[in-house]
Amino acid sequence: MMHTVLFIIFAVVCVAAAINLLAQRHPINSALSLIVVMGSLALLYLLLGAEFVAAVQIIIYAGAIMVLFVFTIMLLNAGEEELSKSSRVAIVFGVPAVAVIVAALAYILSRGAGTAALGDFIGGPKEIGRLLFRDFLLPFEVTSVLILIAIMGAVVLARREER
Amino acid sequence: MPTWAQFVLLSAAKSVVVIIILLTAVAYAVWLERKVVGRMQNRWGPTRVGPFGLLQPLADGIKFILKEDIIPTNVYKPLYIAAPMISVALALMSIAVVPFGEQLRFGSFSTPAQITDVNVALLVLLGVTSVAVYGVALAGWSSNSKYSLLGSLRASAQMVSYEASLGLSLIGVLLLSGSLSLREIVNGQSGTYFGFLPRWNFFPQFIAFFVYLTAAFAETNRIPFDLPEAETELVAGYHTEYSSMKFAMFFMAEYTNMFTVACVGTLLFFGGWHGPALTFLPMVVQSFVPLFWFAFKIFLFLFLYIWIRGTLPRFRYDQLMAFGWKVLLPIALANIVLTSLYIGLTTP
Amino acid sequence: MPDNYLASYLPLLIQFLLVGAIAGGMVTLSWLIGKHKNTAAKLMPYECGMAPVGDARQRFSVKFYLVAMLFILFDVEAIFLYPWAVIFRELKMFGFWEMLIYVLVVLGGFIYVWKKGVLDWSRADSDQIVALPDRAPAGSR
Repeated sequence: MMHTVLFIIFAVVCVAAAINLLAQRHPINSALSLIVVMGSLALLYLLLGAEFVAAVQIIIYAGAIMVLFVFTIMLLNAGEEELSKSSRVAIVFGVPAVAVIVAALAYILSRGAGTAALGDFIGGPKEIGRLLFRDFLLPFEVTSVLILIAIMGAVVLARREER
Repeated sequence: MPTWAQFVLLSAAKSVVVIIILLTAVAYAVWLERKVVGRMQNRWGPTRVGPFGLLQPLADGIKFILKEDIIPTNVYKPLYIAAPMISVALALMSIAVVPFGEQLRFGSFSTPAQITDVNVALLVLLGVTSVAVYGVALAGWSSNSKYSLLGSLRASAQMVSYEASLGLSLIGVLLLSGSLSLREIVNGQSGTYFGFLPRWNFFPQFIAFFVYLTAAFAETNRIPFDLPEAETELVAGYHTEYSSMKFAMFFMAEYTNMFTVACVGTLLFFGGWHGPALTFLPMVVQSFVPLFWFAFKIFLFLFLYIWIRGTLPRFRYDQLMAFGWKVLLPIALANIVLTSLYIGLTTP
Repeated sequence: MPDNYLASYLPLLIQFLLVGAIAGGMVTLSWLIGKHKNTAAKLMPYECGMAPVGDARQRFSVKFYLVAMLFILFDVEAIFLYPWAVIFRELKMFGFWEMLIYVLVVLGGFIYVWKKGVLDWSRADSDQIVALPDRAPAGSR
């Protein structure tokens, strides 16, 4: 019961913040809305029993990636955006894509949702660790290469070579 | 009353009590700092308000509320007001997962001395720390003043730089304890090494402790890492444009964060509430002895903070960034590798 | 109920609501109690008594951006180390080797960044800086 109430509250917050993100004209407000989206997503994960993922969502997304966003807005001195007329790409591709997603969701929901009980699996750090470091070892090691590439990419993008 | 309502009431009551105690402690930490730094500089510190100036925090609090609350013309108002709120709220959040002792007994009633014991308590703390950057970043940005913006950029860059080392320094302790629950980490430190040395993580993990302490000082923007508010160059850094209670809120957040750092340091490296049993005390107060040891260790941490403030000068900004990335981070990584190698070789 | 998984997180929500109320209360209270006598000079941004010149929001050194970027990457690395550290006693030496490979690869990136001089804050070559208000000591340019 309480579970459902909490889910509805956080889901509404999440969707409202996402809509606010699009509606706001100042980039810093949009960035802050995105932080709220990340936070409420973390709470939704928490409700699903994924406590580790919820914490990571906060630390990485709300705490690290969004810091970069806010930094960029501060550094570039990004001001208010002007509302553009709706672009043609959005109408040609966006509207059909939304329709497809809605149709797919409606189809899946009409077939009846799954019956997995909540709280069967608690996604604590130990459970995640056992999966990650025993069963999914290769994906884990590949992440390090990904980080390496990202580091190099950041440096290359941020500074031009001295000529 | 249904059980869930009892549960909610009990935890709300605990939160209120803990927050009140924490805020009082914060006020007196400011008094202690002024007193101790005063004596270190051969002056008296506050003496006028009450005996030994003990009522000074109260007087300061009243003054802060009564002062004129100026909101400059050019600020971006919603964020300008939100920034100190974010800082204070997040600073007061982290205390919720800190355990102060085992069980508190009042007659037949007993409850854990902690607001809540969650499985990933340490990650909750790290999460709160990582989000706390926004209070500083938004304060500077929304103020629309050059000093504020520079101070907040410096502060945010400093905080994220040292957060990396902070996160890595805790892993050595986790290797020893095998849990992210603060209560279990403390319980893993009961007993002694060789029969006389307390089984504190500090002894095997003193490198990690050094990294943690340094990174935590930088996270809380304290001397010698108080670059963001370097008075001689930046007036008051990110809170230059703040006055009245909003200024006090940043101040409170800073000191509350000092307490959080002290709590985490005590729990992770110094055995939390474990200390010599004081068997000569009457039974009534026995259940409060762990609380006493915990508070005592916190006090020592705070004293260290103040002592360092009274002793060390400020770093230069490039030195500060270089130190965080080129010294602390490699040390933290090396500590993880060495600790895991040792544990891996000795675990049968 | 307190043994329940969700019940261990409920107090965090309560704490959050409480501290939010406290923070909001402080701002409102001081706004209501404090007096307001505004003058144009009082409402100006503080610049040590000088009249403010230009907008405060200028462009800043790209290094701040680089620091945030590096922080994300090392944060991601650290996050992976948490579950690893917690179950290290189960993994034993196998866990050590898999982590050593991981850390060494990331360390490669770290050394690259170091060699590229990204970590030298005071080195200000002109083409990577848009505007550098807090310039390091003289002679760096």
